[in-house]
Amino acid sequence: MGDIKKKNQIVELDEVVLRFAGDSGDGMQLTGSLFSDSAAFAGNDFATFPDYPAEIRAPQGTVAGVSGFQIHFGHTSIHTSGDYADVLVAMNPASLKATLKWAKSNATIIVDTDTFIEKGFLKAGYDTNPLEDGSMNDYNLIKAPISTMTVAAVADLGLDAKVALKSKNMFALGVVLYLFNRETEKTNEFFEEKFKSKPVIVEANKRVLKAGYNYAENVEVIGQVYNVQPADLEKGTYRNITGNVATAWGLLAASERSKLEIFLGSYPITPATEILQEIAKHKSLGAKAFQAEDEIAGICSSLGASYAGSLAVTTTSGPGLSLKSEAIGLAVMTELPIVIVNVQRGGPSTGLPTKSEQSDLMQALYGRNGDGPVIIVAAASSVDCFYAAYLSAKLAVEHMTPVILLTDGSLANGSEVFKIPKVASLMDINPPIVKANDPDYLPYRRDSEKLNRFWAIPGTEGLRHRLGGLEKDNPSGNVSHDPINHETMVKLREEKVQRVANYIPEQEIIGEDEGDLLIVSWGGTYGVMLTAVEKLQKEGKKVSLAHFRYISPLPKNTNEIFKNFKKVVVCEINNGQFVNYLRMNFPEFRYEQYNKIQGLPFLVSELEEKFVSILNEL
Amino acid sequence: MTTDTQNQMDIPQLSKEDFKSDQMVKWCPGCGDHAILSSMEKVFPQLGVRKEDIVVVSGIGCSSRFPYYMNTYGIHGIHGRAAAISSGVKLANPHLNVWMITGDGDCTAIGGNHFIHAVRRNIDFNIMLFNNKIYGLTKGQFSPTTPQGSVTKTSPQGSFEVPFNPGELVIGAQGTFFARTVDTNPKMMVDIMLEANKHKGTSVVEILQNCVIFSNKVHDLVTNRETKLDNQILLKAGEPMIFGKDMDKGIVLKGTKLFVVQIGVNGVTVDDLLVHNPEDEDPGIHNMLARMSAPEYPVAMGVIRAIKHKPFNDMMDDCIVAEKAKSKIKNVDDLLNSGNTWEI
Repeated sequence: MGDIKKKNQIVELDEVVLRFAGDSGDGMQLTGSLFSDSAAFAGNDFATFPDYPAEIRAPQGTVAGVSGFQIHFGHTSIHTSGDYADVLVAMNPASLKATLKWAKSNATIIVDTDTFIEKGFLKAGYDTNPLEDGSMNDYNLIKAPISTMTVAAVADLGLDAKVALKSKNMFALGVVLYLFNRETEKTNEFFEEKFKSKPVIVEANKRVLKAGYNYAENVEVIGQVYNVQPADLEKGTYRNITGNVATAWGLLAASERSKLEIFLGSYPITPATEILQEIAKHKSLGAKAFQAEDEIAGICSSLGASYAGSLAVTTTSGPGLSLKSEAIGLAVMTELPIVIVNVQRGGPSTGLPTKSEQSDLMQALYGRNGDGPVIIVAAASSVDCFYAAYLSAKLAVEHMTPVILLTDGSLANGSEVFKIPKVASLMDINPPIVKANDPDYLPYRRDSEKLNRFWAIPGTEGLRHRLGGLEKDNPSGNVSHDPINHETMVKLREEKVQRVANYIPEQEIIGEDEGDLLIVSWGGTYGVMLTAVEKLQKEGKKVSLAHFRYISPLPKNTNEIFKNFKKVVVCEINNGQFVNYLRMNFPEFRYEQYNKIQGLPFLVSELEEKFVSILNEL
Repeated sequence: MTTDTQNQMDIPQLSKEDFKSDQMVKWCPGCGDHAILSSMEKVFPQLGVRKEDIVVVSGIGCSSRFPYYMNTYGIHGIHGRAAAISSGVKLANPHLNVWMITGDGDCTAIGGNHFIHAVRRNIDFNIMLFNNKIYGLTKGQFSPTTPQGSVTKTSPQGSFEVPFNPGELVIGAQGTFFARTVDTNPKMMVDIMLEANKHKGTSVVEILQNCVIFSNKVHDLVTNRETKLDNQILLKAGEPMIFGKDMDKGIVLKGTKLFVVQIGVNGVTVDDLLVHNPEDEDPGIHNMLARMSAPEYPVAMGVIRAIKHKPFNDMMDDCIVAEKAKSKIKNVDDLLNSGNTWEI
């Protein structure tokens, strides 16, 4: 292998975006995650994003059935899964058709030429063979007969062609590992572990991987090998984690630290289902996962568990949040703690189930009858899902109120490098549980600072009481229709949520706290916003970023940060929800808005372009 | 056994007074709910559980005000969702003794989905279904149990709807316990509630209840002094199905149908009558018994079905114990460091 490096020129790169695309059955997700492992092993920082169709198996060879996996890895800090690919692997014509628009204009494109037969490219919607009609001339095209060489590599193993072809994704991985100067050992170890009971499959995958690697070494087209040095990451133990798993683990950590058993009542819905699946795995941690008959039963069972003293959670996505509205109102009224995780997707209605959006903000804020304030936290990245979920649980139980945690499809399915924390290093969680026979206990007596009521758990002596959806007398907890009492209670519930601002950090600004343009964003767009803003700052532009994680209540200093900028632009993946929330709360400022509603994340490039154009108008 | 006895010894002698709430009971004078409340106050001291371990859960409707009138832990929930709330309470803390109070509208209309799934899962709690065959709190609209043709506020020309029979719903939903009683028979109510509590799993008790305002006398044939004995049969495990004012009528199975027979006529003897077996896994006869309606048949009272299946909550608890014993992941630090990790 030493020879290879001598033979080819090694080009050092700071960061690379690599995309694998193929048919749903081609194993692109596995290929991508194996490459991620190699990036991890090489000490790179990285972020990944899978892009798969809503259908489980759309018709083979069609654009609708294309499954993709993108990884952005680097020597520098990586905050997004990348805009456009430097290297694209397209396993068939449909995947080339579907993803070429996401490749840079001079990208390296690796294709399986065996699939570019007439039947194949016609099915993908091409009139002529794109590999031969000149349309690919600007790209660095590597035409590899991947299928043929895969079958040849395992010819003497006695596998039938169909089984042999299953490992053609490993041929592509072999090519890419060579291209980025990576070893194959780690991947071989994976085969040995994964197919322990099937030695012939281990052998087949190893041979195909090696065949791809050797092919890349020998073909003339690959003139150079790229190298991406390790990133400058803090010392520690790391892992790769998706937003949904991070959310589940953050909740489990909160359960452990609060000494409250976790109860998750939920109903499967894309893209939130993995959280339920993940919690269901961990019964050894005492986690109780209850797959209810519908979204309403999901939250109602959880609210029952909250009354009985559990760390109560329900998980859903937009349409499910609509169904839970009435029960969230019951949680507001009974002042029981519950975390409602809403993994946002494109809406309204069924909308774009597998695509991401930030369009449930208004629903989270106001989607209930009556004045029903709740705490709203929005996770900033896949890794932040862990901390945001932990924090949501802490705020819910300490302030005795429902908390809506907003994540989104991009965070949920995307993955990032996660520096593993020690559970003992996380903030304390102190639920206000009432001791047996407390003579002062009344259901709606409150803490003088936080205004939370106290948690009297069934089974405890001397604290029998009834809660419910009817308005209650302050503080006795008896049913009350008294007009003045109702007004008092509405205001107390509002004030309790507002006072949470005393327990959360002030809003930070990335960059100077005065300048030409303040860029405002919230939730899952953090990585792309940060990348765009840092680029402009490096160019000397007077721009700063205020990225909000706390939506309700807003941090105490929110109105102060807008003052010192000539312009404020609010960027979000919806038709303008946070911007209108700010207009309502702080009407003294003028806000521009930048919205994208295509079921797609912002691109760094389009953000830069937008911000530059605003700056030019100044 | 020893543990049970010891536990019971720890529980002070309780009385009706221990469960009386200080809240004014606001049901209409003459409402059947008063009698049900009174029976329940008699039942709770006999459960053998601490008064702090009882939780009463309800949805919305006249019956659902129940938790406010009992001095226990309780939740007055939202319309139709009491079964889901009860499921969460019991699963979160299986030591609690959970009672769900619901009506025909709350349980079989807006809460129908939660009801059948709760029954199917067999979580150990007791459902008291007050069936007055009308919407009372919203003032007189037909419910899913209102007889077809009934004139109500929303069916001024008579209802077109075919009603549900709660017993058939429970049995069809794989229920393990179904019993029926009536608000005019306090002794029977107490006995049946105690039976429901003994059953491990979801116990459904349909309580035929009179709404004095909107469906007065809807159960008249089984409550009226003159007609009630000829129009109901109290089923007892292991006993032949005899009923009537003079205890001279019985139920027999001929072919695939039940028939009412007169003992002593056409040579019919007690030996020809069906013997009640609530523990029969086969729901066939139970379903036929639950369907019987007056005046063609006597309405079946008592425990119609009570089969032994392991409750969901016990399975969940056993699974947690087993996983704790065998899993390498003992805490969240183990979890965070499991699988593929690397050092920098």
